Formats: sequence, structure tokens, C-alpha cells
Amino acid sequence: MGIDLPLIWIAIIGFGLMMYVIMDGFDLGIGILFPFVRDHDERDTMVNTVAPVWDGNETWLVLGGAGLLAAFPLAYSVLLSALYLPILFMLAGLIWRGVAFEFRFKADENQRWFWDHAFAWGSYIATFFQGVCLGTYINGFHVDGPSYQGGALDWLTPFSLFTGAGLIAAYGLLGATWLIYKTEGDLQRRMRALSQPATLALLAVTGVVSIWTPLVHPDVARRWFSLPNLYFLIPVPVLVLATSVLLLKLLRGDAQLRPFLLSLLLLFLGYSGLLISLWPHIIPPSVTIWDAAAPPQSMGFALVGALFIIPIILVYTTWAYYVFRGKVRAGEGYH
Amino acid sequence: MFGFSALDLARIQFGFTVSFHIVFPAITIGLASYLAVLEALWLLVKRPVYRDLYRFWLQIFALNFAMGVVSGLVMAYEFGTNWSYFSAFAGGVTGPLLAYEVLTAFFLEAGFLGVMLFGWNKVGPALHFFATLMVALGTLISATWILASNSWMQTPQGYEIIGGRIVPVDWLKVIFNPSFPYRLLHMTMAAYLATALFVGASGAWHLLKGRDEPAVRKMLSMAMWMILLVAPLQAVIGDAHGLNTLKYQPAKIAAMEGLWVDTPGEAVPLILFGLPDMAAETTRYAIEIPHLGSLILTHSWNGRVPGLKSFAAIDRPNSTVVFWTFRVMAGLGMLMILLALCGLALRPGGRIFRNRLFLRVALLMGPSGLIALLAGWITTEMGRQPWVVYGVMRTKDAVSTHSPMALATTLGLFVVMYVLVFGTGVGYLVKLVAKGPSIHDDPHPNEAEIPHKRPARPLSAFPDRPDAPIPSGGTR
Ligand code: HDD
Ligand code: HEM
Ligand code: HEM
Repeated sequence: MGIDLPLIWIAIIGFGLMMYVIMDGFDLGIGILFPFVRDHDERDTMVNTVAPVWDGNETWLVLGGAGLLAAFPLAYSVLLSALYLPILFMLAGLIWRGVAFEFRFKADENQRWFWDHAFAWGSYIATFFQGVCLGTYINGFHVDGPSYQGGALDWLTPFSLFTGAGLIAAYGLLGATWLIYKTEGDLQRRMRALSQPATLALLAVTGVVSIWTPLVHPDVARRWFSLPNLYFLIPVPVLVLATSVLLLKLLRGDAQLRPFLLSLLLLFLGYSGLLISLWPHIIPPSVTIWDAAAPPQSMGFALVGALFIIPIILVYTTWAYYVFRGKVRAGEGYH
Repeated sequence: MFGFSALDLARIQFGFTVSFHIVFPAITIGLASYLAVLEALWLLVKRPVYRDLYRFWLQIFALNFAMGVVSGLVMAYEFGTNWSYFSAFAGGVTGPLLAYEVLTAFFLEAGFLGVMLFGWNKVGPALHFFATLMVALGTLISATWILASNSWMQTPQGYEIIGGRIVPVDWLKVIFNPSFPYRLLHMTMAAYLATALFVGASGAWHLLKGRDEPAVRKMLSMAMWMILLVAPLQAVIGDAHGLNTLKYQPAKIAAMEGLWVDTPGEAVPLILFGLPDMAAETTRYAIEIPHLGSLILTHSWNGRVPGLKSFAAIDRPNSTVVFWTFRVMAGLGMLMILLALCGLALRPGGRIFRNRLFLRVALLMGPSGLIALLAGWITTEMGRQPWVVYGVMRTKDAVSTHSPMALATTLGLFVVMYVLVFGTGVGYLVKLVAKGPSIHDDPHPNEAEIPHKRPARPLSAFPDRPDAPIPSGGTR
């Protein structure tokens, strides 16, 4: 038996997307929290905690796209056509919040509010439409061979709107706990306070999605609730609950880094829950990773690079985080 | 939608977004290398002027980079959103190339960018220089992969069509396809030229304003040396590029030159000016120089170049456009050489810093590099039509099945947003350039990095003067 290239590639892309969700998740979370913080200097501090690293975080999204094109061109073309509008809205959001990083420091005092708004709105829009894409993805696509057969607005369903809103809670939590780790004083106190409702909201969203999905999709219900699967899968929801309880407890104390790590864990668990539901489909509900795979010559060639280079990327990315370790203080602008 | 088909709209959308995008990478590529040179000089000879210039251009680089990243993000997804049949058909080739670009270039740039921008006081000088070098290297690697991909679409080889899609069989042939070396060199030089012209124009502007300082002089002088070196080189590379194109895409050359009839045995003239008319199959008002066309295009006195009529009407690129975009590019290229030569002539006695006419021309030529670069790309891309993958897949077969309505909506969104966002961004960029390099001799540069550190305004929610009336909702 040869190597199962599609399997390795889906693992790489899955890893890339997870890196994206947790890393750009807290960047976007900063923007989501902007409306809750009014003070200029505190906003500067918030932005400065991610200014040196946001570009690298977003690159994982580019890797997701490029990896998909390289390894599953069929999925890339179908998914991106099907999600045309939400993806373009997401990109529009990312443009506004991306340039706002630089622009808000370059603008005159009387224009700064505009870029602050752009930063917050951009983050909300990008997050919301990522969530919409996620919900649409879970719902599945109407395909025929290499082409998408559905309409331009098929993504507009109550479920996907709900997942859109849900992702805002998730990224908000990541952002708040990141700021607990990176800041101190009043700002940190407020983030601690905000993290509690955010945790509860995320828990509620996770709960609703976990009930809604199997109700609508019998396949998913069968995957989770048939024996013996149930025995293997039951740890996932149990861990979600346990993590949330622990997180809520820590938020009342003085923990610095641990709340952030626990929210990462929460997102990771939610993400694995989804993978379990959808496996092995890359275009749900019918196209599997093997159906959509690129020619082995393409997958193999790109794989050599991915396996060599991703570890190196992880090393220097870690180094970059290490250089900017520690608390960011007000007025300590990098700019 | 207003008589545009979905195909037209998808093309306009792609052309619009990629044209905005490419402007920023061009400056990014050029400035990254320039900054690496400046930092090396600072570390070697320790003259403060290099450090001041480094810090000045670094701010502009940061702003430009952010715009390059967000506009590029759109590009990476547009292959799927707008050209889904192309992606499904040829993704086996373009996908891995793009993936390598992300892995070897984008991560490298992004990973070291933070340290380059914000790490001056956080890491040692050697490590900081290393970060700058990695960012510069990343931009060049990025250009290499994306141009391999684009060149493969122009001159495909090393593949087979199996089961209705492209399967790469020889990756070396795919990457080192016939037009790749020329395109890579030509584009890299174009980025360097565009940046040098931009830097030179900034220097000229400050000198015209009477800011005659060492840093300003240095910037103009370095830029002019660079143009003197690169502009003639670019013409030579472009010429070789043209020979290569004649071999692999003769229809493109015919369109660029406005040549219609094939006259074996007779020399081809060079049409200096004219108006190629696609419907009438002729070039109107042509001003010709005999034999020069043969000489330039084939390097021989009587060399043959096929005319557009040798190609079926549906296989002809739009000569009206590429004839002119090509002339804009090559004409500006000649002007650049001229500018650099004038600069050289004015160097003795430092007249280059005082001659106002020269400075005004240098200022005016500031955007010419970017204009030539865009004109070049339009020539290349429209000259490839009607093919996406030359001779293999037509553009009309590549486009996704969106409704014109959906495409028109998103195109409108892009146009409004790009003009607003990037227009403002370029405005800030010009403002930064106009501020000029700040001069300080202190050994701890960061203390002087005040410009963006506004004083804390803890009371900003209140009226600025205690006795002022409390504003009620209106604007203050
Ligand atoms: C890797 C591929 C690639 C790269 C690096 C570029 N292009 Fe391109 N371009 C395409 C791949 C492509 C394409 C996807 O293949 C299009 C869409 C339709 C077509 O035929 O080619 C295209 C079309 C296209 C059009 C519309 C032409 C037409 O439809 O008649 C313009 C104006 C440009 N491009 C301009 C550019 C510019 C300014 C670039 C500089 C970065 C550029 N292209 C790089
Ligand atoms: C149409 C094809 C293109 C696509 C799909 C594309 C894609 C992208 C993407 C996704 C990014 C952002 C990367 C990040 O997050 O850091 C980017 C940036 C960049 N691109 Fe492109 N690009 C295209 C054309 C080009 C060309 C022709 C060049 C150069 C010759 C180029 C050079 C760069 C560089 C140097 C960057 C670094 C960031 C910056 O622009 O400031 N790109 N591109
Ligand atoms: C001065 C003489 C020049 C000549 C003879 C020349 C020649 C050419 C030719 C023949 C092409 C089309 C290649 C093809 O599509 O197959 C081209 C493309 C291009 N040119 Fe030029 N060029 C010149 C100057 C410039 C200058 C000054 C710039 C920019 C600063 C520039 C930027 C470009 C770019 C960006 C492209 C598209 C990418 C490519 O195909 O390489 N060129 N040039």
C-alpha cells in the first residue's frame, strides 16, 4: 500500500486552518472587543499586543487556501464558488481591519475614530462571515461533478447566521483572554469581567450547534449516537464542559496565561467535534477527500515542501512571539 | 448587467484587483532590498544618515506592506471564486506553486516583519539586520513562485492532460518553463526601477522645497545610481523577453506591433504610432520605419514576423490595447534611461542636487515606474487572450458560473472599497514621504520615535477647557 496522500494533506490543511482559527481568532477578537473599550491609550495597547504578529497569523488562512488548491483543486473551486458572496464579504472585512492596524497610527487625531471603527467593523464582518461559511459548510452543498449547482444565496440560512454570531463569541473570548495575558491593571480587569459572559455564550453556542446539527443531518446523528462510536466520542462534550468550568473558575482568580490556554483548548475541542461530524467529506454531504484529490504528482511535490518547511515556520514564528513576550504597557507604542 | 457578460465582469474584477495588488508588491520588493542595503551600510560604516534613512523608509514600507498583504489575500481566493473551472482544471500545477509561495515566502516575510518593524530595541543589531534580510529575501522568493505560475500559464510545458485535467509530469519543466527566466528578471528589475524612481522623486521633492540635507541628498543620489544601472539592463532584458515571446506566442508579438499581414521574405517595419483596428484588420495612421521591426524583433535585417491575419479571428488578442500599453512601457523605459544619464552628467560639482529642471523631471517621473509596470502586465495578460493557459484552456471556459448580478455587486463593492481604502492609504504614504527623514544623532534611536506617541488624553471625554459649555450631542 502506498502513502495515503489525501489523508496527509487533509491533516496539513486541517492543521493550517486550526492555526488560523486560534491565531487570527485572537487578533479578530481584539477588534470585537474594541466597542467595549473607549480609551484611546487602552485601544493602542490592545492593538500593540498583536501588531507584530497579526500578519503571520493571517498567513495561515492563505496557506489554507493554497493548500486546498494544491491538494484538492476540485474542493477549492466548488467551495469558493458556492461561498462566493460570504467569502468576498469576509475578505472585505479583513481588508478594513488589516489596513486599520497601520492607518490608525498614521491618521490625524480627527480621523482616528474612523479607522477605529473600521478596525472593529472589519473584525466583526470578517468573523461573522467566517462563521457563516462554517455553517454553510456543515449544511452541505449541492454539487454535480466539478461544478456547484446551488444558487448565489444558498448560504443564507438561519443555521449559518447562527454560527456566524457564534463565532463572534468564540473569537471575542480568545481576544479577551489574550488581553488578560498581555495587559495589566484596569484593562486586564475589564477583560477578566468580559471573559465570563463570553465563555457562557460560547458554551451556549456550542450546545445549540451540537443539538441542531444532528437533528438536521441524520448522518451526523448516526456518527455520534450509534454504538460503539458514542463511547469514543463522549469525551469531547465532557471535556468541553470541564474546560469551561475550569475557565470560569480561573477567571475569578488571578491567573494570567491559563485562561488563554483554556480558551484555545475550547476552540480546539469545538473544531475536533466538527471534524468528527463531517469526516471524511471535503465537500459535504457527498464528496470525500479521495474524490476531490489532486493528481498524486501535485500532492507529492507540494508535500515534500510542506513537511520540510512547516516545522521551520513554527520555529521562527515561535521566536517572533518570544521576542515580543511579556506585558504590553500603555504608551509603550512599538510604532 | 449593462451589456457585460459574466465573463467580462469576472475579467474586469480580476484585472482590477490584481492591478491594485501588484502596485504594492512592486514597492515592497524594491523597498525591502533598499532597506537591507541601508541597514548593511549603517552597520558597516555607522554613518547616521543611513540609519535615519532606514527608519524613514521603514515607516513607508510598513504602510505599503499592509496594503500589499490585504490586497494579495483577495487574489489568493479569486482563483477559486472567479475562475473555478480553471482551478479545477489546472490547480494541479498552480496550486502547488502557490503553496510553495506561501510556505517559503509569505511566512518568511510575515515571521520576520514584526521584528523588522518593531524590534529595533528588542533584539541585537545583527539579529535585526537578519530579520530585514529575511523579509527582503521573502519578497524575492514570492516573486519567483508567482511568476513561475504565471509564466507556466503563458508558456505551459511539463504536463499531460489525463482524465480532463492537467497533471504535472515534470516539475522542473513546469517551473523552468520557457518564459520564466525572462519574466522573473524583467519583473524584479521593474520592481527595483519603480522603487528607485519613487525614492528619487521623494528626494527631488525635498530638495525643491529647500530641504538640502545629507539624508535627502543621499536618497536622491542612491536612487539615480540605481536607475542608471537598472534601466538600461531592463531594456536589454525586455528585448530578450520579446525574442522569447516571438518564439512561443507569436500572436502576442503581432498584436503588440500592430502587424496584420505576413510577408515572407520581406522585412518588417517598426510601427512607431498607429491605431490597430480589430474589425477592419488593419493598423490605421501607421508611421513606420522600414526594417527596424525585423531588427528589433528578430535581430536580423530581414527577419520574418507573422501578422495577425495568420491567426484565426477568435485566436487574436486585442491589438488596439496591447499596441499602446507596450509603447507606454517601452517609451517610459527610454525616458528612465535618459533621466539616469542626465543625472550622471549633472553629478560633477553636485549640480544634480541643485538643477531645478532635473529635480522637477525626477519628481514627475516618480510614478512612471509603476505606470510602466502596469502597462507591461496589461500587455502580457491581454496579449495572452483568449487563453488562460496558452493554447490549452480558453478564458471563457475558465470562468465560474456566477450570475452577472452577483459579479456586478461584488465588483461595485471592490471598486468603492479599494478606492477608499487604498486611496486613503496612498494619501498617508505621500504624507509620510512629505514629512521627510528626521535627523537625530542620539545613540538610542527609539526615544526619538515620538511621531506616533500622542500624549495620553485621560480626559478626552470631557470638554478641553473646564469653562467651555458641555457639548450636547453636536460635533465638537
Ligand atoms: C498566476 C497568475 C497571474 C499573475 C501573476 C497575474 N495574472 Fe493577470 N490574469 C491571470 C493570472 C495572473 C488569469 C487568472 O489567468 C487571468 C484572468 C483571465 C485570464 O485570461 O487571465 C488574468 C487576467 C488579467 C487581466 C485582464 C485581462 C483580460 O481579461 O483581458 C489583467 C488586466 C491582468 N490580468 C493584469 C495583471 C497584472 C497587473 C498582474 C500583476 C500582478 C497580473 N495580471 C498577474
Ligand atoms: C495574480 C496573482 C497573485 C496572487 C494570487 C497573489 C497572492 C498574494 C497574497 C495572498 C499575498 C499576501 C500574503 C501575506 O499574507 O503575507 C501577496 C502578497 C505579495 N505578493 Fe502577490 N499575488 C499575485 C501576484 C503577484 C505578483 C505578480 C508578484 C510579484 C512579482 C507578487 C508579489 C507579492 C509580494 C512581494 C507580496 C508580499 C506582501 C506585499 O505585497 O507587500 N504577487 N500576494
Ligand atoms: C525599455 C524597453 C523595454 C522592453 C523592450 C520591454 C519588453 C517587454 C516585453 C516584450 C514584454 C512582454 C513579454 C510577454 O508577455 O511575453 C514586457 C512585459 C513587461 N514589462 Fe517590459 N520592456 C521594457 C521596459 C519596461 C519597464 C521600464 C518596465 C517597468 C518599470 C517594464 C515592466 C514590464 C512588466 C511588469 C511586464 C509584464 C511581466 C512580464 O511579462 O515580464 N518593462 N516587457
